[in-house]
Amino acid sequence: MSGHDHDDEHDHDHSRTFQPDHPEPTTDAARVGLALRELLIEAGHYTADEERDVIAAMQGASPENGAKIVARAWTDAVYRERLLANGAEAIRELGFALDPYEFTVMENSDDVHNVIVCTLCSCYPRALLGMSPAWYKSGNYRARVVREPRSVLREFGVELSNDVEVRVHDSTAELRYMVLPQRPVGTDGWTEEQLASLVTRDSLIGTQRELKPD
Amino acid sequence: MTAPMFAVGQRVRIADRTPPVHHRVPSYAKGRVGVIERICGLHGEPEKFIRGDGEPKQRIYRVRVAQDALWTDYEGIARDKLEIEIFEHWLETVE
Repeated sequence: MSGHDHDDEHDHDHSRTFQPDHPEPTTDAARVGLALRELLIEAGHYTADEERDVIAAMQGASPENGAKIVARAWTDAVYRERLLANGAEAIRELGFALDPYEFTVMENSDDVHNVIVCTLCSCYPRALLGMSPAWYKSGNYRARVVREPRSVLREFGVELSNDVEVRVHDSTAELRYMVLPQRPVGTDGWTEEQLASLVTRDSLIGTQRELKPD
Repeated sequence: MTAPMFAVGQRVRIADRTPPVHHRVPSYAKGRVGVIERICGLHGEPEKFIRGDGEPKQRIYRVRVAQDALWTDYEGIARDKLEIEIFEHWLETVE
């Protein structure tokens, strides 16, 4: 048990000491979640500070992390091989981790275009790339991109000729995915930082193919 | 560590069944035939998390299925593919 004094009705202020950017609970499910959190913390399974650190790490994640990984792969062929062979180990070298998930990077080429979806829910490498876009979670995208990927990609502005094979990756279990887009022509001699600035979130999901060195 | 039951490139069928618990196989993939694209690690079995901890862990494979084997009147080309993660206990050998 925690060391502080409890009020008679147990209506002390745990509900107001949780992470301040959470909204006040308004539904029974949210109250149950909050109660579970209190019990887990009181029983010593984790601390409020640890929870804050996890939330901060999640909020600090963004597509810029993926862009750094892509820029390294574009400039270091040996790193690229390691990244494609074992994504989880390769991103650890750059200080990133997605444990307990396996991390899998799919490489685009002149002949292949990759696109990621989670048809069952909305699995996404959130601890690496931050929150997924709203459309990624929509029933429309999830149902259609497996069935008519070329039509969906066209709606995102990706026109694929019949020389290009489409590979749809359905993230159904314990793997998380990122696409390695093609390095744009006209970027010879660019630094990793300059290259990373070209990489977009959608290119890491596969709903964008061409990156432009504007 | 349990040795993988299937090898890369081997033809497999994704089981067509619907247990009355949460499972990670979408219905569009059930009963479909593909090939093992790669062998992944051991992970908790989704059906066993409803009571317990998912043990014993099961092997995950990535299975590659031709898009035109999934959908009638598929819009794309014959080389288009779908790749999906399937647990070992959901895979069957194909002669």
